Amino acid sequence: MLRIDRLRAVHGLLCAVRGVSFEIAEGQTLALVGANGAGKTTLLRTIAGVHPAAGGQIEFEGVDITAMAPHRRVAEGIALVPEGRRLFPGMTVEENLLVGATSGRKGPWNVERVRAALPQLSRIWKTKATHLSGGEQQATAIGRALMANPRVLLLDEVSLGLSPKAVDGVYHSLQSLKEAHTTIVLVEQDLNRSLAFADRIICMLEGKIVAAGRPAEMTREQVMEHYFGARQMTAAGEPT
Amino acid sequence: MTSWVNLLVQGALLGGYYALLACGLSFLFGVMRIINLAHGSLAVIAAYLLWVIAERWDVSPFMGILAVLPIMGAVGWVLHRTIFERSLKGGALIPVLSTFGLATVTDNVLFQVFGADTRSLAPYIDTFAYDSWHMPGDIYVGKLAALVLLLAVLLLLGLHLLLARTSLGRQIRAAAEDADAAQLVGINASRIYAIATAIAVMTVALAGMSLGMRAIFDPYSGSQQLVFAFESVVIGGAGSLWGTLVGGMILGISQSIGAQISPQGFLIAGHVVFLVVLVARIYASDKVSSALRKLRTQPG
Repeated sequence: MLRIDRLRAVHGLLCAVRGVSFEIAEGQTLALVGANGAGKTTLLRTIAGVHPAAGGQIEFEGVDITAMAPHRRVAEGIALVPEGRRLFPGMTVEENLLVGATSGRKGPWNVERVRAALPQLSRIWKTKATHLSGGEQQATAIGRALMANPRVLLLDEVSLGLSPKAVDGVYHSLQSLKEAHTTIVLVEQDLNRSLAFADRIICMLEGKIVAAGRPAEMTREQVMEHYFGARQMTAAGEPT
Repeated sequence: MTSWVNLLVQGALLGGYYALLACGLSFLFGVMRIINLAHGSLAVIAAYLLWVIAERWDVSPFMGILAVLPIMGAVGWVLHRTIFERSLKGGALIPVLSTFGLATVTDNVLFQVFGADTRSLAPYIDTFAYDSWHMPGDIYVGKLAALVLLLAVLLLLGLHLLLARTSLGRQIRAAAEDADAAQLVGINASRIYAIATAIAVMTVALAGMSLGMRAIFDPYSGSQQLVFAFESVVIGGAGSLWGTLVGGMILGISQSIGAQISPQGFLIAGHVVFLVVLVARIYASDKVSSALRKLRTQPG
């Protein structure tokens, strides 16, 4: 469904993503883990089109979208919930969701279904985004992305800055999306959550993939070693 | 007492024109953070277009505006694609310099084409230019001035409803708040900015029509109109549509009172009020900032 081939992305003189390659099939959940500065966020932003690729290729459903504008990628079915949520603060929750449907992509998600999947939104429906708590903002950001009826949902640091209770709420919502066979690429600092939630894990270090595999094949300790660069390994049979 | 009421009425009516004039400037600043220094010159272009239509084909400005609005909308679209979009990438100063250059070029091209003679659209609207209602207390309300005030209120209401109630309005607000995030939800921010510029320049066309009907204009009238629009926007609060109406009213009333005090007081009173509000805003902003800093540095 989504194929990343030798993708490179730079921040000025710094090469943040160095020849990353992986594929994700429809309905899969992939977690990108790694320490700060590993290149996870830049990778997601490059896939979403808000950060330019310096080399390599991004293919979606067989079509090269490497140079495609971000708004067109949304229309094709790739939606990003960015780090820091990036809600429109002057708009209500309702307006944030409605603006999420701008691409006009047909699909199962509409206001009613999003409210059913994220019930906490009903209570704050007419509240401006600037007055929401972190958990409420995150739920709104996920709901806004779902309104675009994405085929691939990219989630960047969904638990960052949230209370444990709010994180539970967000992951409860994500579980229902996973059960609905939504393809998810998740960037997450919380290793336990990633291992419990994802079908596959990719560990990044200094812009490169240093390990990949199924959570069942990798212990937390193994992932931690790659996380901090103690050793490099690729799980057998997994494309990297 | 009656003369003061009359002053307020005449000032408010004049303020309606200023609000109409400032509406596009405020809208464009609110959406794209661009201070369009060619704003006044664009109003003068619209006035000349209406004058050409009236002169050549004997068409009233009220009908001519139906042709001028889409033309000015297209001008706005092209301006965005050719100047605003590119200059915005260069930081905050480049759009200001670009629009200053655009205003200079526009004024001189108008001078080249139409010469230095002053024009007016008043002869093409018969007696409507000076017809008025005689109100109790010997107060005269000009029909044209009342129409311009009504037009300003309706335009601001229309823009408010557009932004608050429509999908296009939500897209404009989203792009204004965070252009990158807007792209992430599927909004083509560049297209939305072009539409916003087209809308702003169409409102300028209405201001140009009002200018031409209520006064005389020449190729260099744009700079004076820009000053009035800019003062209204600053007094009312940059980017706030209803604030623009309030700003226009305050400017108009100040000028009327200034003119009553002294013949030269018309412009001076407006400028003084503008400066007082500007300084007050800067001072209030500093106070708020320092209060916030104190709150942040307090332990606990």
